[in-house]
Amino acid sequence: MPDANLPLSPPAVMLRDLHVSFTMPGKQINAVNGVDLLLRQGEVVALIGESGSGKSVTLRAIMRLLDERGTCMSGTLSVNGKDVLGMSSRALAAMRGKDVAMVFQEPLLALDPAYTIGNQIAETIRRHERITARDAAARALALFEKVCIPSPQRRLAAYPHELSGGMRQRAMIALALACHPKVLLADEPTTALDATVQIQILLLLRELQRDLGLSVIFVTHDIAAAVEVADRIAVMYAGRIVEEGSTRALISAPRHPYTIALLNSRRHAAEQRGTRLETIGGAPPDLAALPPGCAFAARCSRATDDCRAAQPLAFDVEPDHRVRCIHTGMTAATARI
Amino acid sequence: MSATMAGTGNLPRPLMRVRNLMKHFPLRRRAIGLGRSSVRAVDGISFDVMKGETLGVVGESGCGKSTMARVLMQLIRQDSGEVVFDGRTVGDRTLPLQAFRRQAQMVFQDSYASLNPRMTIEDSIAFGPIVHGTTPAKALDRSHALLARVGLAPARFAGRYPHELSGGQRQRVNIARALAVEPQLVILDEAVSALDKSVEAQVLNLLEDLKRELALTYLFISHDLNVVRYLCDRVIVMYLGQVVEIGPAAEVFDSPRHPYTKALLRSVPSGDPLRRLDAPPLSGDPPNPIEPPSGCRFHPRCVVAQPVCSRAVPSLTDCGDRHAVACLRWQSGSGYSPASDIGGLPPIRTVEVSHA
Repeated sequence: MPDANLPLSPPAVMLRDLHVSFTMPGKQINAVNGVDLLLRQGEVVALIGESGSGKSVTLRAIMRLLDERGTCMSGTLSVNGKDVLGMSSRALAAMRGKDVAMVFQEPLLALDPAYTIGNQIAETIRRHERITARDAAARALALFEKVCIPSPQRRLAAYPHELSGGMRQRAMIALALACHPKVLLADEPTTALDATVQIQILLLLRELQRDLGLSVIFVTHDIAAAVEVADRIAVMYAGRIVEEGSTRALISAPRHPYTIALLNSRRHAAEQRGTRLETIGGAPPDLAALPPGCAFAARCSRATDDCRAAQPLAFDVEPDHRVRCIHTGMTAATARI
Repeated sequence: MSATMAGTGNLPRPLMRVRNLMKHFPLRRRAIGLGRSSVRAVDGISFDVMKGETLGVVGESGCGKSTMARVLMQLIRQDSGEVVFDGRTVGDRTLPLQAFRRQAQMVFQDSYASLNPRMTIEDSIAFGPIVHGTTPAKALDRSHALLARVGLAPARFAGRYPHELSGGQRQRVNIARALAVEPQLVILDEAVSALDKSVEAQVLNLLEDLKRELALTYLFISHDLNVVRYLCDRVIVMYLGQVVEIGPAAEVFDSPRHPYTKALLRSVPSGDPLRRLDAPPLSGDPPNPIEPPSGCRFHPRCVVAQPVCSRAVPSLTDCGDRHAVACLRWQSGSGYSPASDIGGLPPIRTVEVSHA
């Protein structure tokens, strides 16, 4: 049965020309400036970029977690085929946790310090399902076992501050999975962790994603962490996706000058001791005053007047590999990876 | 010959000697029947910092890296042990604290918290020299020269306040401030960890340039093994308040001896989609430094641990090439039986990535 060709289920997440801006006193911050992203069912997409690139804002927009006051959103945003931007607050509350769940960077801030973790998980389940407290507690225990927390019964009765960092992040993942969401959004879930714990959490996420068939958007600034879990990678810069492709294609044949520079700047390990690191000169642009053309042009060695004149369009350099740069022919020839 | 001694030209001599450094933080609450317990943050550490080298310190959070740095700077006083700087004991009559702090300076991770928000950055940089007796006018001149040196044009930046700068710029200010008193040793405690990769590379290049120009010695504390490998001549690996391995960076990274170092190095994602890890090299979080495990502190997480490891405490043993390791496996006569040793850790298992 060629079910791969049948468009049976809608994409897990679809973003079309998403814009998000924040109104601040005296200025407008354009955090997301036309993001197109398709997350297929059962796929892991990593959204990578530096601070201020709009990756976390994009992620929060999907669940409409941004403060409505002072935030302006436009474009198309759907989760499992349902339009999110037009949802009532009631529909949103029903969706959050049930269809889409999020794992945050700092579980100590995301979890409620006044309740035990077991209570928080049970509460989430009972918010969405008609189920007894006893059954909810049993579900919480099963979840803790699923995320490999040792002595789970004892840990359920613990308060967030009583757990170690890695354990807290596991508890947070258990909480996110409590109502069997099909879409998981992970915002820098391993950034605050040690390398030895980070790899445990990355592998746990990958395993859960496979077992449960989750669709995941994984936001990180760490390319190596993204490579470890993602099927596809999208690179963000100044609120736009500048390059997107399969993990293998993007790592082995990056096309956008920013992606290339980013990959080069993290290549400490391979560098000979004493050689200078390749850097990207300058700083990311001011999101309150974006240039009309390519936002990276000011830092790009290949920039021409054409780059500064108009926003480069995204086009496919090969199937499933899109780049927003008018010089991709050239960068492909000179990229050294 | 490696690049280890490049820049010094002389035979290596220790700039700072650390001997049996110990710092325990007593806990207020104590369990009935037990003695007073304490967090054994730094528990008997000895090493030398050679003049002109960059010495890296790596380890998981809670292993005592930062406490050690603070004790070395004498921001907190050690319980026992001594720090000898350039032949003189720190805190002695021959080297009082103020004189020592002219010679050693520190850059912290949080670039914002370490600057006074109510002082312009030129004043922040000039503050140290003035305390040490430079006239305010001269100190301000030096402040401007340093700002220019770290890449912040004084005309544009000198009068700014910390909140008007980006994280990378603020860290440049902190570096300039550390250098204002012309120290010999700079302790960098996670100084680039909060920066974005592209900015981090700029600051690392700056640190390398300054080191060469000013003949500085760095103690570089970081949890980012890639950065340490790039920047450091020698590396110290810490675990629960103790040194488990120390040696030239190339040696430690390419042929690590301690099982912990091996696991730590393997935990770093390769960044290569064809070499994804299949199982975590180390399970669990670092144990509690309040009641560290008996014997070798790593034994509960160690894949090659033997019964003897929970009893005998390994000591740092030289294994050639200025490389020392605290593991019973490498200590002859320790009771560790190499016969049953299957040759260390199992090989790295990697998985093929499927792209549908």
